[in-house]
Amino acid sequence: MLSMARKRQQAKSDELMTVQKNEELDQQRLELRASDILDPNNQIGVKLRSLYAAVQEEVIPDRFLDLLEKLDEAEMMASAKMAE
Amino acid sequence: MENAQPSFKRELLAALPSLRAFAISLIGRHDRADDLVQDTIMKAWAKQDHFEMGTNMKAWLFTILRNELYSQMRKSGREIQDSDGLFTESMAMHPSQYGALDLQDFKKALDQLPPDQREAIILVGASGFSYEEAAEICGCAVGTIKSRVNRARQRLQELLQISGEADFGPDATSSPLTSRAFAF
Repeated sequence: MLSMARKRQQAKSDELMTVQKNEELDQQRLELRASDILDPNNQIGVKLRSLYAAVQEEVIPDRFLDLLEKLDEAEMMASAKMAE
Repeated sequence: MENAQPSFKRELLAALPSLRAFAISLIGRHDRADDLVQDTIMKAWAKQDHFEMGTNMKAWLFTILRNELYSQMRKSGREIQDSDGLFTESMAMHPSQYGALDLQDFKKALDQLPPDQREAIILVGASGFSYEEAAEICGCAVGTIKSRVNRARQRLQELLQISGEADFGPDATSSPLTSRAFAF
């Protein structure tokens, strides 16, 4: 127990020795923690993806299909005119 | 050129469900989100010559949508979320899709995050972008995205009172433990 604490203290002081090393470790920690969100067991990640999937599975509203159709038509008309 | 057009449209259509899910998760309201998606489609269509076929259409569209949202916000002085609307929306929301009570709670918690954290966690956690792609979409450093995702996750855990690692299976528990071992 004591040796564990000492080891930790030693490690901590080592960490303080170079700022760069510290930053590297911070980065490492950040990376590991941030990647948790993609873990299939992470509840936040799972809920986030269920919410997202619920919207994603909705049928694309007609207004967007109509809009794309109109944009497409307008463009074809324009290029037909150009060709004349 | 003749061929490029229909496939541009096809790719745009293919990315639409995800683009819409991004908009709705960001804004919290279907009506305003769909208006934004419409504006994004118009912008993208007008700029289609700038898009290189074969590159990431989804990321390109997400970037346009995000820029459009922030420029509209700057103009109107409005915040992304408006809490009055949120209530109405949650009452009118399709009960079949958001039926699960915990998903409703989750949505409320997500709405409470600062916008930069919310978009980061959605892009990485749900839209399927890498940190690098998310950083490019948001115009910031990769490290910034990582720390935003991390803070968002912690805040959501607090709001939903999920204890975090302890609840997860062995794989999830061992990785934070290893990370701690590395850190100390």
